[in-house]
Amino acid sequence: MEPISGIPAVIAMAAKNLGIFTLVILVVAYATYAERRVSAFIQDRRGPNRVGPFGLLQPIADGIKNILKEETLPATASRFFFVLAPIMVLVPSLVTFAVIPIAAPLPTPWGVVDMIIADVPIGILYVLAFSSLAVYGVVLGGWASNNKYAFLGGLRASAQMVSYEVALGLSLIAVLMLAGNVTLTEVVWQQQQLGMWYAFPLSLAFILFVISAFAETNRLPFDMPEAESELVTGYHTEYSAMKFSAFMISEFGHMVTASALMATLFLGGWDLPGSWDNAFWYNGELISGFAANGDPVLANPAAWKTLLTFAGFAAKTGLFLLLYIWIRWTLPRFRYDQVMALGWKVMLPTSLGYLMLVAMTILVLDELGVNFGFLYGLVLTLVSGAATLAFVFFLDRGRTIAGAAATTSQKIEIKTIPTAVASGHAPGRH
Amino acid sequence: MAPVLFYMFAGLAIGGAIGVVMAKSPIGSLLFMVTTLGAMAGTFVLLEAHFLAAIQIIVYAGAIMVLFLFVIMLLNLGHDYQKDLKGGAFAVMSFGVTGVIAGFLAQELGTTGIQDGPGGASIDALIAEHGAVGAIATELYTTYVVPFEITGILLLVAIVGALVLAKKEV
Repeated sequence: MEPISGIPAVIAMAAKNLGIFTLVILVVAYATYAERRVSAFIQDRRGPNRVGPFGLLQPIADGIKNILKEETLPATASRFFFVLAPIMVLVPSLVTFAVIPIAAPLPTPWGVVDMIIADVPIGILYVLAFSSLAVYGVVLGGWASNNKYAFLGGLRASAQMVSYEVALGLSLIAVLMLAGNVTLTEVVWQQQQLGMWYAFPLSLAFILFVISAFAETNRLPFDMPEAESELVTGYHTEYSAMKFSAFMISEFGHMVTASALMATLFLGGWDLPGSWDNAFWYNGELISGFAANGDPVLANPAAWKTLLTFAGFAAKTGLFLLLYIWIRWTLPRFRYDQVMALGWKVMLPTSLGYLMLVAMTILVLDELGVNFGFLYGLVLTLVSGAATLAFVFFLDRGRTIAGAAATTSQKIEIKTIPTAVASGHAPGRH
Repeated sequence: MAPVLFYMFAGLAIGGAIGVVMAKSPIGSLLFMVTTLGAMAGTFVLLEAHFLAAIQIIVYAGAIMVLFLFVIMLLNLGHDYQKDLKGGAFAVMSFGVTGVIAGFLAQELGTTGIQDGPGGASIDALIAEHGAVGAIATELYTTYVVPFEITGILLLVAIVGALVLAKKEV
């Protein structure tokens, strides 16, 4: 089948732009709803359940409320930068979705349509470029407010995002080495060829990437820029109404994009188990794989395959969104120096060392002439599994796995309470 | 489409560069500089140097300029609006010198034109074979591996030097 071209291609592009970005915004709106419902579930509350059935219209009500609320502008704020900051934080969080493939190619009477807005040759680097620009909005918002809490939040944000970008990029390189290219369509294709998703052969990179992505999106346990108990709400303390909403939308937009990215890089993107859905453009033809003699096998795209793979992609993205919310309501916040120590003293050296390990394993496998397939993946899985175990044991150092009872250093001596205190005015119930 | 985009990016780059020297606050200068870097990345994309464009944004706009911003904010330089530019004569002179240099450049490029170098066709073949990143990586790690590694050592020396200067007792 031929790729779509001419005027239908323009129409398809417009439809994809409109459809995908509307979808992202919709997912962002319902991610806020999901966060409130899941947090309520975790804390044994009901959560928003009054607006519409099961409270499903709550995000719309929130949107209307935020539009109608009064916009405030602090007297000492730098007016121009104060207004600019929410825009600068909102745009990068949404445009990064453009390079993520969301489903298998869709056949139409005019040709095959790729289910991706822009398959740019630099792929993942585009995502890195725009996510590195997102920090400006946060920092500017904090600075322009002319408020010490907002300012501290902005400072923390810039330090934290620059620090964790390093580990994020380094854990990404392992994926790119295995895929051999930087475009996300190729990353998905290579996972189909390997016969397993990269979460297994690159397990440590997966863990490091998830941790760094949490830090990059400023979510708990890394929400130092906001840190309600220390900084009011950090960089957006002075913002109200729709400008505040822009910061919230961008935070959830980052979450959605990061989830989709993790699903694409490590869980095969839109790939479903089995080779029936494999599809990739090779020398102008859509192929599903290579025959034993090296000839390409033509793919057979169908609308139901596109729909099924899209459902798979949505499920994987949703899984990571749920993980984001789950962790937020489970773990307490780090201390600021802990965040920095973890970033520079643990994440950076680990990702560097792991990168060397993966590179050497790939080199040895290639030199031995092992075909890029299941055995190749299995060897990498074993090597990465060993590295992951070592990493977890190093981080844990016998605290969680062995249990607190097994360690003598952390054992608290329970002293017998003197009778005078015990019988006297003990604090508590009266 | 391409010429329109080129003039847009070129205008943004020059406007941003003027903004860097004319802006009243350091933060404004910095944002203008980010604009210029972004517009330069845009022209790189028009020249089909996608990798350079991405690196331009990631390294310059996303890392180095953020550190600039960090320093400006830490020293809290942003809020007092005093002009650093000396009066009219100084501005006219600097714009004049820049204009003369730009004129010479335009004259030179206008007569010879920008041509595909002798390696133009082979570069296209490399991009087709290895992708946008692979085409540069192959050259960097084969033909130019020694200068590349030496640059790396130079950066390492700079980092160690900065540490030695910053810490009183290492």
